[in-house]
Amino acid sequence: MGVEIQSPQEQSSYTVEQLVAVNPFNPEILPDLENYVNEQVTSQTYSLEANLCLLRLYQFEPERMNTHIVARILVKALMAMPTPDFSLCLYLIPERVQMEEQFKALIVLSHYLETGRFQQFWDEAAKNRHILEAVPGFEQAIQAYASHLLSLSYQKVPRSVLAEAVNMDGASLDKFIEHQVTSSGWIVEKEGGSIVLPQNEFNHPELKKNTGENVPLEHIARIFPILG
Amino acid sequence: MASSNEYEEGPGERESGYDPNMVPDSVKSFVSHMYRHIRDKNVYEIHQMCETSFQSISERLFKDTPWPSVEAIAPYVDNDHVFCLLYREMWFRHLYARLSPTLKQRIDSYDNYCSLFQVVLHGVVNMQLPNQWLWDMVDEFVYQFQSFCQFRAKLKNKTEEEIALLRQHDKAWNVYGVLNFLQALVEKSCIIQILEHDKDGLEFTETDGYDFSGGSNVLKVLGYFSMVGLLRVHCLLGDYHTALKWLQPIDITQPGVYTSVIGCHIATIYHYGFATLMLRRYVDAVREFNKILLYIFKTKQYHQKSPQYEQLLKKNEQMYALLALSLSLCPQTKLVDESVNSQLRDKYGEKMMRMLRSDDEAFGIYDELFSYACPKFITPSAPPTFEEPLVNYNQDAYRLQLKMFLYEVKQQQLLSGVRTFLKVYSSISLAKLANYMEVDEPTLRTILLTYKHKTHSVDSDGRIISNADIDFFINNDMIYVVESKPAKRYGDFFLRQIAKLEGVINDMDRVKLE
Repeated sequence: MGVEIQSPQEQSSYTVEQLVAVNPFNPEILPDLENYVNEQVTSQTYSLEANLCLLRLYQFEPERMNTHIVARILVKALMAMPTPDFSLCLYLIPERVQMEEQFKALIVLSHYLETGRFQQFWDEAAKNRHILEAVPGFEQAIQAYASHLLSLSYQKVPRSVLAEAVNMDGASLDKFIEHQVTSSGWIVEKEGGSIVLPQNEFNHPELKKNTGENVPLEHIARIFPILG
Repeated sequence: MASSNEYEEGPGERESGYDPNMVPDSVKSFVSHMYRHIRDKNVYEIHQMCETSFQSISERLFKDTPWPSVEAIAPYVDNDHVFCLLYREMWFRHLYARLSPTLKQRIDSYDNYCSLFQVVLHGVVNMQLPNQWLWDMVDEFVYQFQSFCQFRAKLKNKTEEEIALLRQHDKAWNVYGVLNFLQALVEKSCIIQILEHDKDGLEFTETDGYDFSGGSNVLKVLGYFSMVGLLRVHCLLGDYHTALKWLQPIDITQPGVYTSVIGCHIATIYHYGFATLMLRRYVDAVREFNKILLYIFKTKQYHQKSPQYEQLLKKNEQMYALLALSLSLCPQTKLVDESVNSQLRDKYGEKMMRMLRSDDEAFGIYDELFSYACPKFITPSAPPTFEEPLVNYNQDAYRLQLKMFLYEVKQQQLLSGVRTFLKVYSSISLAKLANYMEVDEPTLRTILLTYKHKTHSVDSDGRIISNADIDFFINNDMIYVVESKPAKRYGDFFLRQIAKLEGVINDMDRVKLE
């Protein structure tokens, strides 16, 4: 599926997005949407709109459902965390399909990510390599989500907690941290090795913008007659 | 129940036969007046006839039978093709409301909508119709689609005749047909561009969509209401993201054409709120439910005589239930108006207390409220086969959505426990809190991460928004609690008091002392 040349690939994804926007209720675009899923996998791109459109068409014509494609959509949705895309997709997949082994495994993985249980997640992921390795960029996406969640919660996070969350240790963890130091402003504490995460409004409450106090001029203008 | 006679009445209620060709005088005068008003574009009179005359004649003469057939009244309206389509639309709506439609009638109603919409889409309609009627058309169209899907999915007691009819008329109420009609109305009316342009001049909204320059409002307004129709259908399918996308051109923070018809206003906010609830944007849901419930509280007395009153009350109750669910999953202190809050406490105060516990009883209540308040989800596909054994699958869609919702509730189970502790401490070590919560430290870390994840939602622009009324951050092994103080609006307070004092002084000045 991977197309080497840039322009035809751009062209076809432009066309599919257009199809979804202009003609979403058309059973004939189903094969295009399926191809597009495979394209998203190989080119490491993502389109929620197109994937939802395909899941809807599967809902309208269940005989045409390709569970292999659905599994790929779900993996891509997992990679989009913290958005709730995985749930959005599940809402459209019939219960009896969700009972199949590959989907049960993906649901368990989603559950672990939703509840911050990274250790259990990586253990379970290791048991399902065949599903996950088929989608390039999976590991990095989950590591990005883990970093995001840690940044919301910690000002300073112990190295061991980070290691568990991103499933790395030793030299590879050092490399990962180094990369984050240069790109995202992480700081490594000299003693203890805890990582100081960049300040944001979620782990530093004083940075939260207080929008409550602004009083519009029109309101003040109303009492000018009284004051005058 | 199915028979070849199209006008068969509902399950054996009437002794005297119904004669579709008998046209009482009041009906003769009704249709000829209506016909004249439509030709003369007297929107107000048409509205009165739809809302009042039609209802009172129905109440008097057609309490449990259909109105006379369209063939019987056609002579009184010059056999006008479009009027006949409109009359049939009302005919079927009356049937659905008072009687149980047969399969054949359902199929015929769909054909009528197709013909009517085709006429409108071809742009040959030069009428001005009341917004209430145009909304009723779209609303009824979606309702009949939903009803058909439910009906079709109940295979168990279908007669052979019905199954044969279903097989034969597989295009009737086909999901592609319904969605494509709604989309066609949106596209052909160019309503999205009109609303974009409206932002500068407010022309469309100013006139409530009516065309005072001699043209027709029908296509534009049907296009507008079809966006709400699409919002609704996508909620019924479980696709909440796309549902909200269809609503995007309408700015629900402002009044608009959607507020010109109370039924539309409520349907819009109900579905918007439900979709945002399923998207986990609880604060948005609470905000909108609060606004509409306050609005209904203040204005429902004016709609007591309206035929939509019962629906209005039902939706009101359902939205209180949804508000209770939203607030249980995402407690907020300052978003709910006092009058709404006191109603909420009356209806669901005790249940909300019980939902805060993380036991089986709590799940039962979440289940109960969700099941009461949710839309009637549908399975849009036709059964793959009509062979034995015939089972009912009309509950499948609802069961799936309920299951997903309860799954989410379960994941948030331990969060209310954390919140209780966070309210009490300004800082606490992980070890100590783990001890109090009777879990080990690694588990506590995961619970805290869950809390952060679930209270920070991703909005429609992809930004992270915190919904937490109580928040925290962790420094290695210490938790520091942050209470989000509601902004004390000193400015507003002083303004109000200044105005009030001035009022008191003026009153005192007026008192003349002897």
